[in-house]
Amino acid sequence: MNNMLTLTALQPLWAELFMAMMVMGFLIFGVFKGDQSTRLLTFLGILGLFFVSVLLMNAPLGKEPLLGGMLVQDVFGRNVKLILVVALAVSYMLSLKYLYDTGFVKFEFPILILLAGLGMFLMVSAHHLLSFYMALELQSLSLYILAAFHRNSAKSAEAGIKYFILGALSSGLILFGISLLYGFTGVLDYTQLGQIIAELEGIEKTGVVFGMMFLMAGLAFKISAVPFHMWTPDVYEGASLPVTAFFALAPKLAALALLLRLLVGPFEALVTDWQMVIMFLSVMSMVWAAFAGLVQKNLKRLMAYSSIGNMGYALLGVVMLTTEGVTATFFYLMLYLIMVAGVFAVMLCMQRDGVVFKQIEDLAGLSKNHPKLAYAMALLMFSMSGIPPLSGFFGKMIVFQEVVAQEMYVLALVGVLTSVVAAYYYLRIIKVMFFDAPDMPYSKGFGVFRNGVIIVSVLFAVFYVLRPDALLPFARTTATDLLTPPAIIQTHDIQLDN
Amino acid sequence: MPFEVGILHYLTLSSLLFTIGVFGIFLNRKNVIIILMSIELMLLAVNINFVAFSAYLQDISGQIFTMFILTVAAAEAAIGLAILVIFFRSKGTITVEDISTLKG
Repeated sequence: MNNMLTLTALQPLWAELFMAMMVMGFLIFGVFKGDQSTRLLTFLGILGLFFVSVLLMNAPLGKEPLLGGMLVQDVFGRNVKLILVVALAVSYMLSLKYLYDTGFVKFEFPILILLAGLGMFLMVSAHHLLSFYMALELQSLSLYILAAFHRNSAKSAEAGIKYFILGALSSGLILFGISLLYGFTGVLDYTQLGQIIAELEGIEKTGVVFGMMFLMAGLAFKISAVPFHMWTPDVYEGASLPVTAFFALAPKLAALALLLRLLVGPFEALVTDWQMVIMFLSVMSMVWAAFAGLVQKNLKRLMAYSSIGNMGYALLGVVMLTTEGVTATFFYLMLYLIMVAGVFAVMLCMQRDGVVFKQIEDLAGLSKNHPKLAYAMALLMFSMSGIPPLSGFFGKMIVFQEVVAQEMYVLALVGVLTSVVAAYYYLRIIKVMFFDAPDMPYSKGFGVFRNGVIIVSVLFAVFYVLRPDALLPFARTTATDLLTPPAIIQTHDIQLDN
Repeated sequence: MPFEVGILHYLTLSSLLFTIGVFGIFLNRKNVIIILMSIELMLLAVNINFVAFSAYLQDISGQIFTMFILTVAAAEAAIGLAILVIFFRSKGTITVEDISTLKG
């Protein structure tokens, strides 16, 4: 009876269990109290996420799979989850005032965000193709609802439909890939998959590579890498603003962590096969996003292309699967997420009496009406385009440094050139804010949370230069742990039926 | 000699169904309900794959996976239809051509 499930034996997963219980508790509470409990639930959610982070910090970590090989709680997963916790909390902070201002208060909103967060946590921890699929679906299904959440708006419903159809298509591709992997290897566990794939040859290897390509195409949808990006601008534009902010902050990081765990685990032996694919996705994302972003008029669509492009830069670090490369990826993503939080906080302030403005031209004359907001946005835009000495520069620098160190000069060249092109659309925003004729000012009173997020984000962007390696050790431990091969693990000995 | 249905036949069938499902999503210009049906078709093709492999490999986990897929497919269809109802309420139509407000 040595594998009886006790609460202590589950200690590595306390954070996830706590989140699941939070979701259920919130749901019951919300059903009884109705929509006026939204504010309370959001605050409880932030508090709960704080507890989740405490549980994560105290979780015993190890490469040993839990729950019969389904999940694993290692340093890599813990670190990614810590970033996700912050992203979820920021999404809560940004959403609350917006919901009340626009008069669309529904208690399901904080619950759905939490449920999607739980799905992301499990995605990051998945160590078995079954748990991988279930976690991915838990996250995706919550996100479909969130995209269509503003149900009185035709645009939101359309975003929901588009996201749902393309998301379901990508889930189908992933499943087809999984079924092929299962058929040609006979196992679903990551460790066993890795061992079997390493020894495969001939037709079976071809089958596995085929399955892997399906899987990667499906995951490319989830991280919105070109050519699987077409849902991103539409969903970003159609979904309501706090949902877009949430989409920009959290899900892609979780999907990228999932992809990384697959690439270094089961698919380690197929590195020559997937390296070209990742390279292709990365280059296409950078180039396409840079040029498509130039013609955008809607701020949310612009942020969508910006996120596609930035995913391309982040994937550059994945192309060469070295510790330094993955470190660069995580470092880049962390800096990017902090900037994005600030940008969306500024965008949320652009409303007048409950009417939200989303076009780039609505920013006109912001420097006259709201100088502080305009300067904050300008700094964030400079930072996003990678102008030194702001934080965005360091992210790009580390990534390109690694690419050059691996002697992939063409990739580095493409990266630098596309970031020059992309700088145009960031700088255009600054031009509109400072040199175009002002419109009416926006409603006063941006709220404590929004101001807080903007201030933290801008201060981070400006003063990061003082400690340019502040986040690097964190990213490095994450990457090192991901790439450490696990010690011999006896997953096969676990029998579920005794 | 009696005709025997082997793993290859199942794989061919499931691949065909899967392809029909994918094409159903992209080529269909009429109705969103047909897209939902195509999605179901894709998932069921995968189920055939799993069950066939499971029988071929004499391993139960493929069939367990199928159960999970069926459950998730049900949840997915419920959410898809709910979103469709919202869309119909605000637009009054569910033809694919009308899902085109968002572009650029």
